[in-house]
Amino acid sequence: MTEVTLSNVVKFYGKHQALHGINLDISDGEFVVLVGPSGCGKSTTLRMIAGLEDISGGEISIGGRVVNDLPPRDRNISMVFQNYALYPHMTVRENLGFSLKIAKKDEAEITKAVDEAAGILGLAELMDRKPAALSGGQRQRVAMGRAIVRHPDVFLFDEPLSNLDAKLRTQMRVEIKKLHQKVGNTIIYVTHDQIEAMTLADRIVLMQDGHIVQVGTPLELFNTPLNTFVATFIGSPPMNLIDGVVSGTSSIKLAGGLSVPVPASARGQVHSGQQVKFGFRADNLMPYGHAVEEEGERADLELTVTLTEPLGTETILFTDIAGTEVQGKMLNPRPVRPGEVLKFRLMLDKCHVFDATSTDAIRG
Amino acid sequence: MDRNQSYRNHKRLMKALHFSGLFITMAIICIPGLWIVLNSFRPTVEIMAKPPVWIPTFTLDHYRAMFGGAGEGGVPVFSYFRNSMIVSVVSTAIAILIGMSGGYAFARYKFKGKNGYFVGLMLFRAVPGVALSLPLFIVFARVGIIDTHIGLILAYVAMNVPFTVWLTDGFFRQIPKELHEAAEIDGCTRWQAFWQVEFPVAKSGVASAAIFAFLTSWNEFALASQLTRSVGSKTMPVGLLDFTAEFTINWGGMCALAVLMIVPALILTFLVQKHLIAGLTFGGVKG
Repeated sequence: MTEVTLSNVVKFYGKHQALHGINLDISDGEFVVLVGPSGCGKSTTLRMIAGLEDISGGEISIGGRVVNDLPPRDRNISMVFQNYALYPHMTVRENLGFSLKIAKKDEAEITKAVDEAAGILGLAELMDRKPAALSGGQRQRVAMGRAIVRHPDVFLFDEPLSNLDAKLRTQMRVEIKKLHQKVGNTIIYVTHDQIEAMTLADRIVLMQDGHIVQVGTPLELFNTPLNTFVATFIGSPPMNLIDGVVSGTSSIKLAGGLSVPVPASARGQVHSGQQVKFGFRADNLMPYGHAVEEEGERADLELTVTLTEPLGTETILFTDIAGTEVQGKMLNPRPVRPGEVLKFRLMLDKCHVFDATSTDAIRG
Repeated sequence: MDRNQSYRNHKRLMKALHFSGLFITMAIICIPGLWIVLNSFRPTVEIMAKPPVWIPTFTLDHYRAMFGGAGEGGVPVFSYFRNSMIVSVVSTAIAILIGMSGGYAFARYKFKGKNGYFVGLMLFRAVPGVALSLPLFIVFARVGIIDTHIGLILAYVAMNVPFTVWLTDGFFRQIPKELHEAAEIDGCTRWQAFWQVEFPVAKSGVASAAIFAFLTSWNEFALASQLTRSVGSKTMPVGLLDFTAEFTINWGGMCALAVLMIVPALILTFLVQKHLIAGLTFGGVKG
């Protein structure tokens, strides 16, 4: 059993505090993605788990064993780096077998383990090449092979896909997920890309400025964001947010004078005069005739399209509500010209309300 | 005139100027060397002839004389060669060991006063070697290491370390730190990570640093002429002085010895040059 536990982990760089008391329990075999904008401390956290960075305070344990002062080699982890960090003077075979050679395993055992890893990742034909003779995707696979060869307790991935082009990235994402299903180890994966986080994670840990903002399954973060940061970071396009003021107990007056009812989830939680941000996703703002037929409370809006982004199965429509640019979505799209006025329906029970000062979600 | 034509002419002119510039530079660099090699094979009368003799006569007289007995103008070539070898090889090896450690430390570790130390080291290079010859002579004389291999080796190590540090620092800096991190995760100690991964990758850099250090020691004259006295410690550049007498200089003999000096350096450079072609670092990282 290899669960990873971080309790109250703190990191200082000189006087600058990079991590403010991180608490996280990762269970055996779980795929956890640390995600956040650059500088949020996600890579630092990962490097502390790996032992590449000193721990200024708190405790990290792997498989129930406190590893704070253990060197990386005694933690039984392996890591895939953003720039792959393959050993340039060794062939693929030597790269894969390096850790076993250092561990003084005998030749036959190394060959067996290396061939097995190569089989899993489809590297058999590349075994005698040096890293310089490999493409980006192949290097990525070798780096992953090097990680699985030694059957570590935990895999650490540090933005492994960010050097690949978009197509290859999607492909490798699937391979990483397959790899996890095959080997079933605990994986901690760092990325700044929310799509990677959504698609890969069993659980997402969203970080900002050295704090954990929200932990949950991808759908939890998507459907019930704890604050506006989560709401705008997770999901593409990001959640639309419009400033408003609560009037009475049941309606919100948006900046441009438009009035919407308080969504059911927030009813009774707001008070009159409260400054709020009213949030909804593009999926909930769709033009009639190009929307999913759904039951529920709705508001009808006539809006002028300012810009379109056709994506094939859907088109993102940029428009304007109360002076704030918002994005809606058109399913089964037809060509739309900027300036065209369409009748949209806004699904009110899927909307969110956030307190304007604390940015926290208001939810019953 | 057609604008295209004028650009084309301009380009041609620049190319011609470029090549003549290159030719002149190369001539300045190469002709003295060529002169040495040619004259080592010519009779003395021809070397001194005025006007010059354009078609050289080939003779091995100078080489024969050099290896001959003392009465026939011979010099202890083998001793000089041995001294030069011992001093250069040992001082290079020590300078590389120290310099590489220093360069690695500067490239990888943060410590207080790092920049100060580095600038300080570089400042040592700014002091002309000859200016040090008198203080060195006095200190070495007191300690009793004048006219020994050890003395010369010490002086050369001190001369070469700053440059080696500077050069290897640059090479280690080019190696991404993730390589040793990956090695440490793969089970290496820091020491193993260095020798198994970082050193092999930086080998070409270390090799070029070694060549520079070796050539500096091999060719050095000013200090060696002060710090050595006898056949037992004189190096080849100092040995060249054996060909000067009070009123004459044996140019032919001097050239012959100089050729013997150049040959090992050439061979070494030739052997190591494939290591000098860097680029091994790249490919392990980035796509």
